[in-house]
Amino acid sequence: MARMPDTSLSIRISVRVIYLARLREAFGSTGETLALDDNNAPTVESIVRALRDRGGAWAHELAPDRAVRFAVNHRLARRTQAVADGDEVAIFPPVTGG
Amino acid sequence: MTVRVQTADFDIGAEIARLREGHRSVGAIASFIGTVRDVNDASTITGLTLEHYPGMTEAALEEIVAEARRRFDIRDALVIHRVGALAPGDQIVLVAVTSAHRGMAFDACEFIMDALKTRAPFWKKERLPDGERWVEARASDDEAARRW
Repeated sequence: MARMPDTSLSIRISVRVIYLARLREAFGSTGETLALDDNNAPTVESIVRALRDRGGAWAHELAPDRAVRFAVNHRLARRTQAVADGDEVAIFPPVTGG
Repeated sequence: MTVRVQTADFDIGAEIARLREGHRSVGAIASFIGTVRDVNDASTITGLTLEHYPGMTEAALEEIVAEARRRFDIRDALVIHRVGALAPGDQIVLVAVTSAHRGMAFDACEFIMDALKTRAPFWKKERLPDGERWVEARASDDEAARRW
């Protein structure tokens, strides 16, 4: 008899995270690939929380009172935006061009 | 080409001539040129490095120009933004807009700059006599963009 899939098994998605400008320098990284648990409808905020949990510069730069901006697949995004497998999520300070 | 991101300088006269070329219905051209200052927040600035997010930058500028075309009755628009190392006095950005009459050209030019200041992924790092610092975003830029 076939068994139903075990729904307690977590499905992982993979997103490319990019750090720019001051955040790239503070983190000492241009970016990385992050695996996220797909069961909890991951959002930009899920990524921020995962990074903040590392402590140090991550916790400092991504503290709730810091001004941080996001883009998902090259479009400005809010923290509540959902992320999917293969997305590129950029994290950066408020822009200062012009 | 409506938007360009480049390290090279640009020639305002040549760019505006190209934008006007063949469009006899154009009666107004408004332009804005942003340049590197030698002082900021009471510090001497010896230069700037402009960083951007390749891939997103062009798309963000294209979207801003497309929005300007929807909101204002303009004939054409051009945005050139430089990246890399710049010195005081250097040109940073050009926005030029053509239209039948001046009102729409002025408004669209200002709208594009206000949107660029808050939505286009560029970051300035200033060089000072004793080091470097990232330029902080100004609240006044957010307020300017909200007017539209």
